[in-house]
Amino acid sequence: MWRLRVLAAFHELRDCAALRDAGRAGGIAAVLAFPILGFRLADSPQGLRLETRFSWVVFAAAAVFIARLMHHGLHRLPGLAFARAPGFANIAARARFSEPSTYAALIVFAVLLPWLPFTGRNTVDRATLILIYVMLGTGLNIVVGLAGLLDLGYVAFYAVGAYSYALLWQNFGLSFWECLPLAGALAAGFGLALGFPVLRLRGDYLAIVTLGFGEIVHVILLNWTPVTGGPNGIAGIPRPTFFGLPFAPSAPEGGKTFADYFGIAFSPLHRIYFLYYLILAMALIGAALVWRLRRLPLGRAWEALREDEIACQSLGLNPTIIKLSAFALGAMFAGFAGAFFAARQGFISPESFTFIESAIILSIVVLGGMGSQLGLTLAAILLVGLPEWFRDLAEYRMLAFGAAMVLVMQWRPKGLAQRRAPTVRLGNAPAPAPAQAMAEAP
Amino acid sequence: MSAGPAALLEVEHLTMRFGGIAAVNDVSFRVQTNEIAALIGPNGAGKTTLFNCLTGFYKPPVGRMQLHAGDGKPFLLERMEGFRIAREARVIRTFQNARLFAGMSVLENLIVAQHTATARASGAVSGILGLPAHRKATRIARDLARHWLDRTGLMFAADELAGSLPYGMQRRLEIARAMCARPRLLCLDEPAAGLNARESDSLNTLLLDIRREHGTSILLVEHDMSVVMRVSDHVIVLDHGVVIADGAPADVRNNPDVIRAYLGAANGTTAIRAVAIAC
Repeated sequence: MWRLRVLAAFHELRDCAALRDAGRAGGIAAVLAFPILGFRLADSPQGLRLETRFSWVVFAAAAVFIARLMHHGLHRLPGLAFARAPGFANIAARARFSEPSTYAALIVFAVLLPWLPFTGRNTVDRATLILIYVMLGTGLNIVVGLAGLLDLGYVAFYAVGAYSYALLWQNFGLSFWECLPLAGALAAGFGLALGFPVLRLRGDYLAIVTLGFGEIVHVILLNWTPVTGGPNGIAGIPRPTFFGLPFAPSAPEGGKTFADYFGIAFSPLHRIYFLYYLILAMALIGAALVWRLRRLPLGRAWEALREDEIACQSLGLNPTIIKLSAFALGAMFAGFAGAFFAARQGFISPESFTFIESAIILSIVVLGGMGSQLGLTLAAILLVGLPEWFRDLAEYRMLAFGAAMVLVMQWRPKGLAQRRAPTVRLGNAPAPAPAQAMAEAP
Repeated sequence: MSAGPAALLEVEHLTMRFGGIAAVNDVSFRVQTNEIAALIGPNGAGKTTLFNCLTGFYKPPVGRMQLHAGDGKPFLLERMEGFRIAREARVIRTFQNARLFAGMSVLENLIVAQHTATARASGAVSGILGLPAHRKATRIARDLARHWLDRTGLMFAADELAGSLPYGMQRRLEIARAMCARPRLLCLDEPAAGLNARESDSLNTLLLDIRREHGTSILLVEHDMSVVMRVSDHVIVLDHGVVIADGAPADVRNNPDVIRAYLGAANGTTAIRAVAIAC
């Protein structure tokens, strides 16, 4: 039976519609590839020379033609048809994305990661980077995923956090641990500052204003040279200490290093592992906080605001407070992530806080599935991790990035986590008898 | 009009203009405590505008709207922000096209409606840590939600997405949600629109029960005369922004001005018979 259906599927390939469509896709690919792949500037002893390589164009078009044809054929295979049924999507979502066991497995994996046999310094470094984006995604998720306020300038708060630490250290000599809460508070303050003027805006208009806000912060960092160091940034930012014990080969006067204190040999790995666990702890605390908030009146109010602001008002919810709290809390997460980023890099400049960062963080939230913590974690691994792991592909790694994005959107158009689990369910107790309920109700 | 101290809502000389058009023009009426009042009138008579003024979506330049909450000073609705009217005066409305939180579950819709009470009782710190105060507040909210799920026959759909419910259930859910906000005055904007005969019958029962069991006063805008005539104690007829009749349903039904407004007929027993049949 199954084999018959496969046969039938491939028979349908003879169907002209599929061929025509594949031909059209191949044609478009050829047109696009002609200027992009067909010509190439090459260095030669006589100066720059234009090389042609039309065979590449043919290959690209053929590849697209075949891929498209397979796409048509695969659609009709029984297995995939099953996977596309809405019921299956629900089961899959429930099985893989709502279970506490998935969270537990991910957390255990993250905790053990540095000790696994195949992980080296690079892997831990990349995982640290991914976790920074998980943290940023968690914050933006409050604003975009839960409260439904499209924010394209989120990177501004990340920058505020990073520069808070750098400047407070430079001017007042404060340490990382003193600056961390201050960075969060300052970023939250900037969140409020952005929140007030945009209270009345929504949708596209909100997006444009937040985009502008992000650019304003970027431009200030770039041009306020006496304070921010302008394009040169701020260098020599001290690394975080282990509650006062520095990670260094030799201790400062009268002090002890981390290695001395625990009586182990110094290794540069200590700091890398410590940074990893620090951001892991921060991301976990952040995720737990959001998980908890979603089950509180405030979190539900955010989601209600996303669904219908007018209905919120008509039920006595104050939209001003709800929006401002979303902006402030979301920004606070970015502030923490920024302070960590500054401490990890030891050097920051406006380069690190451009619009593309906002776009990546927003992609993480959208790809993850609006509102889902697990979804955005997986999306961060995919979006930040993949380009890192595909570094060998050099300039083609963005191609892999794009292909991955297209595939995911084909497979799960609403994001990785498609189903939102209700934050509250009825208890098992039976409905109160009408008389009793009447007595209880006001 | 009987001018007793028991009036829950007193609207006096309310006027709302859009450019040169007075959508509501010098309108005065009262809604008594524990009364179901109906606001009727042809399309464009200003019914929804009046609703929007009452619930703070429009700020009328002229007029006074007082809500007497029993004790103390009355709430002056024209001076309050929209969400405060709902939160403090507890005038809760529904909408012509159900405005549910479509992406949230039915139960969550009902819990959000109790935001003010729950947030106040549970508190931020106690909420984040899950302390008993928060747990108790959540339990109370869930019990009230369960009560209204039961009353509106939506218990079986508690964990479904609100947006996935069929239309008739969405309308009922909106009423349940409004009731979860513990209104003093429940304002329903065309609750029977789009319902079939059986559904509007059960709506009648629900409205009468709400009034009887909870003492909630109801002000409803409605086109469906079967609902208006059967449940309301008091009918106010608007036409072109002006009150043209105000009284008991039976009186309003035979009022020649009302018949003229609805049918455009200057005279004639046919028109009166037509209204009698429609009613």
